[in-house]
Amino acid sequence: MKVYEEQGGYQSLKKAFDQEPDEIVAAVKASGLRGRGGAGFPTGLKWSFLAKDVFPRYLCCNADESEPGTCKDRELLLKNPHLLLEGMILCSYACRIETGYIYMRGEFHDLSFIMDKAIEEAHAKGYLGKNIMGTGFDLEIYTHLGAGAYICGEESALLNSLEGGRGEPRMKPPFPAVEGLYAKPTVINNVETLCVVPYVVNEGAEKYAALGTEKSKGTKLVSVSGHVKRPGNYEVVMGTSTREIIYDLAGGIRDDNELKAFIPGGSSVPMLPASQVDVGYDYESLAAAGTMLGSGALIVIDNKANIVETTLRLISFYMHESCGKCTPCREGTRWLHQIVERILQHKGQLEHINKIEDICDNMSFKTFCPLADACVAPVMSSIKHFRSEYEEFFKNTPVGSV
Amino acid sequence: MSGFTFSEKQEEEIAGILAKYPFKKSAMLPLLTLVQRAEQVISPEAMVAIGQKLDCSPAYVQSVLSFYAMYHTEKVGKYMILFCINISCQLNGCDKLLEYAADKLDIKVGETTPDEKFTLHREECLADCTNAPMMRVNDTFYGNLTEHRIDQILDSLD
Repeated sequence: MKVYEEQGGYQSLKKAFDQEPDEIVAAVKASGLRGRGGAGFPTGLKWSFLAKDVFPRYLCCNADESEPGTCKDRELLLKNPHLLLEGMILCSYACRIETGYIYMRGEFHDLSFIMDKAIEEAHAKGYLGKNIMGTGFDLEIYTHLGAGAYICGEESALLNSLEGGRGEPRMKPPFPAVEGLYAKPTVINNVETLCVVPYVVNEGAEKYAALGTEKSKGTKLVSVSGHVKRPGNYEVVMGTSTREIIYDLAGGIRDDNELKAFIPGGSSVPMLPASQVDVGYDYESLAAAGTMLGSGALIVIDNKANIVETTLRLISFYMHESCGKCTPCREGTRWLHQIVERILQHKGQLEHINKIEDICDNMSFKTFCPLADACVAPVMSSIKHFRSEYEEFFKNTPVGSV
Repeated sequence: MSGFTFSEKQEEEIAGILAKYPFKKSAMLPLLTLVQRAEQVISPEAMVAIGQKLDCSPAYVQSVLSFYAMYHTEKVGKYMILFCINISCQLNGCDKLLEYAADKLDIKVGETTPDEKFTLHREECLADCTNAPMMRVNDTFYGNLTEHRIDQILDSLD
C-alpha cells in the first residue's frame, strides 16, 4: 500500500469524486477502452447500459482467468492488487454501485489472501467502507473463490456460481446490465479492463485514446507462451505487429526453429499460419485476418509440432470443460474428440474431415454461451490452414481399420 | 441429525463468510471450500451440515459440488499434484514429464500412492503459461519443470 501510494496510487479517486458519476462513464467511453477479457466490448458502453434507477447494483470483477495461454490477470493480482481495487472503486462510483465481488478461480487460493489484505489496507485508509473520503459514497469489496470450472469465466455462469449454484450459463437477454447478480443490474469486467480505468481518470481519456489504432485504443497485456525464447507478459500498444511481439519481445522461436502457426488470443480463437505473422495486434486487424484478439494470449507453435495433435489437446480441454447444459456443445465436443483421436491413430478417412465440418457447423452459434464456438475455432482453422497435416494421417491407413 | 459439526472457529469463519452476501446461498462455494480444506473430502454428513447452514437440501449441495472439479468426495493424498496438460504446457513437453512423475510415484495418472501421500491428476490450464510446463502441488505453483526439478520438488515434500 505504501509503495502504491508513493507511486501515485489512489490519486485518481480525488479527481473522480470532483466529477459527476456520468462524467466518468463518458470519459471511459471516450477513451475507447474495450473489455480485455476476450469479447472486446466497449467498457463505457457496458456501464451505460445499466438499468436506470434500479438499485442495488453490483460489480463483479472477473478474475476466473482460465483461457488456455492466458496468465496476465494472475500477474496483476499478484503484483498490483491495489490497482485493481482503485479501478473497482472508480467503476463503482461511476455506476453507483455499493457492493463489488472479485470472482477468482479456485486455484488462485493464495492470491485471494493477497487481495483480502489489500482490501483490508484500503479500508484502513478510508478508500473503502462507509462515506469514502467524505463523499457519502459507500463501497464494500469482497473476494469470492470458484472451484475449478472454466465455464465460470463466462459472465452469466459466473453469476450463477456466485449465487451458489452450478456454473451454467444463462439465456441472454436479459443481459447482466439489466438482470445480473441476484437479478439486479450488474457490471462484469475483466481484471485488466478495470486496471486501465485509473489511468484513464488520471491522465484523461484523450491521452489513452491517443495510443493504439483508430478503433483499438490503448495498450494490451499479451501473454506470450509456447515455443518462444522468452515467454512472458508484455504490454504492447494496440496495432504492434505480431512479428515484433514474437521476435523482438519474446526473443523469437526456441532452438531457432521456424514458426509454423500462432494462436493470437487464447485457445478459443482461430489459429493463423506463419505467413500471417505481420498482422497488426489489434481487434480490427486480427478480425480481418479471420481470427480474434480474445484475451491476448499469444500461443506460438513451431514447425516441430504437429497441428492435429495440438488441436486434439484443445478439443479435449473443451470437452472436459463443457458444462453439459446445451446439447450441441456437450455432444459435439465429444464427437470431435473421438474423430480427431481416430485420425491421429491413423484410423481416419478423408470423409471424416467433412464430418468434422458438419459437426462444427451444428455447434456454432447454437448454444447459450460461446464455449462451443470456442471449440470450433481451433478445429476449423487448423483444417483451413493445415489440411495437409490431417491428410498425412490418412495415408497408410490399414484396410478394414476404419 | 447431522453427524458433522463445525468447530467453534469454523462457526466464526462461517459468520464472516455469510456477512459478505445478501443471500445465504452465495456462501455455498466458500463453505464447501472451508470443509474440504479442513477434511480433505466432503462427506455426505458435511453436505447435510452445509445445507442446514444455507437453507437448502443436501441433494442441492451435492448437485453444486459435483459440478466443480476441485471438490472431492473420495479420499485424496496429502499432496494433490495437478499437472497442467493444456496447450502451452503440451508444446513445452508436459506429456513426457507427466509420465515421468507417474513412473516416479509408481502410480497411474488419477491415482493416489498407497501411503496416501501423493495424488496425481491431469489438469487444464492453470494460468501460468509463461512458465510452462508447470504443475500445482496443493496451493503452490511450480513452473519451468524438468525431470530434475520434479525430483527436487517431490523429494522435498514430507
